[in-house]
Amino acid sequence: MSKDPDAIINSPEFKALVARQWSVSAVLSIIMLGVYFGFILVLAFDKGLLGSMLAPGLSVGIPIGLFVILLAWGLTGVYVYWANDKYDSAVNAIRQSLRRN
Amino acid sequence: MDQFTSTIGQPNITSILFFFVFITGTLFITYFAAKKSKTTADFYAAGGGISGFQNGLALAGDYMSAASFLGIAGLVSLRGYDGLIYSIGFLVGWPIIMFLIAEPLRNLGKYTFADVVAYRLAQKPVRIAASVGSLMTVCFYLIAQMVGSGALIHMVFGLKYEIAIVFVGAVMICYVLFGGMLATTWVQIIKACLLLCGATVLVVMVMAKFNYNPVELFAAAQAKYGDKVLAPGGLVSNPWDAISLGLALMFGTAGLPHINMRFYTVPDAKAARKSVFVATGFIGFFYILTFIIGFGAMVLVGQDVISGMDKGGNMAALLLAEVTGGTVFLGFIAAVAFATILAVVAGLTLAGATTLSHDLYVNVFRAGKANEQEEVRVAKIATLCLGVVAVVLGLVFKGQNVAFMVGLAFAIAASANFPALVLSIMWRRFSTLGAVFSIVTGTTLAVVLIVISPTVWVDILKNPTAIFPLKNPALISMSGAFLAGWIGSMIKRDERAESLYAEQKVRNYLGVSVE
Repeated sequence: MSKDPDAIINSPEFKALVARQWSVSAVLSIIMLGVYFGFILVLAFDKGLLGSMLAPGLSVGIPIGLFVILLAWGLTGVYVYWANDKYDSAVNAIRQSLRRN
Repeated sequence: MDQFTSTIGQPNITSILFFFVFITGTLFITYFAAKKSKTTADFYAAGGGISGFQNGLALAGDYMSAASFLGIAGLVSLRGYDGLIYSIGFLVGWPIIMFLIAEPLRNLGKYTFADVVAYRLAQKPVRIAASVGSLMTVCFYLIAQMVGSGALIHMVFGLKYEIAIVFVGAVMICYVLFGGMLATTWVQIIKACLLLCGATVLVVMVMAKFNYNPVELFAAAQAKYGDKVLAPGGLVSNPWDAISLGLALMFGTAGLPHINMRFYTVPDAKAARKSVFVATGFIGFFYILTFIIGFGAMVLVGQDVISGMDKGGNMAALLLAEVTGGTVFLGFIAAVAFATILAVVAGLTLAGATTLSHDLYVNVFRAGKANEQEEVRVAKIATLCLGVVAVVLGLVFKGQNVAFMVGLAFAIAASANFPALVLSIMWRRFSTLGAVFSIVTGTTLAVVLIVISPTVWVDILKNPTAIFPLKNPALISMSGAFLAGWIGSMIKRDERAESLYAEQKVRNYLGVSVE
């Protein structure tokens, strides 16, 4: 592997890194977008659904709203966990191989 | 409790005491920060020495404004479930920051998001365009904060609106001018801790009355005000409106200059990631607390008392504090609300001053040739000017309906800043002309469309019908900005930018420039 930037970005290791990072980011973003826009479209088209009661003091909308909040946080957690575990080691491997050459 | 009369608006000894301690403590920190702040890296980015966890708290501090504490609690207390829908919208932008921009911002920029956009493009035109987007976002956000804070302080402490505005301006200028990013970050961290602790204690005191079971609290609200408080109301009705606002909130968060700037205070991409995780957790937790505080106020204070005090319900959390913990606890929560205002305004002013000095003065006016001392001096002059402008704007807009300005700030951030940022990171062909087209189109569409939208054209200018049907323009202005970026890049290619793309990509992913 040479130190020419064009050669680096065309190397299989770097391409694999970019592809993995991009697929993880894209999948997590799509989940967040899908869940949030799904939530507001349900609100816009079928108000009754989220307003129906599960028990006294608990409408369907409350646990769902709580779920969206926890999901947003959970997804950032998934990304941090993946990046610390997999992404950083791949980045370090490429950096080391660059240093050796 | 039937004849509950509040002491809000009268001088409160506890409140003044707590507030005095907060001001003294933070000015003390500013004094020490001033001794450590010598270089541009210190002033703009606290020398890159903030840890991921600390930055997470500071990000949460920047985002949890008095409007989100008092405003959302009030909205919940008067409209129930709709308040939760509103706060969810403000949270979902954070994962997007994490997945798309946190690491590239840290790896490619130095002090502002314009550093990233201009990384391989022609400096002058791109910096000028990006500065306009940044400054407009900061100014609209700042007007909303200043006007809100003047009115709030007037209501809570009985202080005159003008005195409140000048006082907020003066203290905030002290933090930023002398302590730079280091002092601003610590003010933000302290404020975030106080706000989270205050809100948690308030929730525990409410829950103690309901056997620590939130469902019992909601059931009490339902018994008092009917099923409608637990069901969605009128907040989301037109799906296109909902989608447009959703886009502004989701992608606008990623384009807020004072949020973007925080990623330069941490040493590397790993710390940047951690800070988004921490911030999202605290902000989400805070929104859950405000939901319970709102219902607590609805049941324990009552909607008549809350709306009698302030039509928008902004006093709900304070009234609840007084009902559950007496005037001492009210004093504490009021002081926390004041501290919140100061910290948010300081963060915005620093972001604006950085744009003026780093992007406009150094990289445009001086073509990148200013030395450290000169740049710090200009940054300090910019802070002073912007602080004065903030005070003047606060005075000019007294009594005006400025609630739409937060929505507008998010719309500009999503339309002017976010598309240019994403395209410059991801698209090799993105050219200088494309960047300028994208930012100018996004800003212009966002401003023009909001003026002719129901929010301004009907509600403020009192016209019978709106020319543009959506309340928030992001759906059109953000798509327009992406399209304009593409058109501009197709009209005029930028070969130098394309040849630098490989180097940018390496640095984006590996975090180091490879020589």
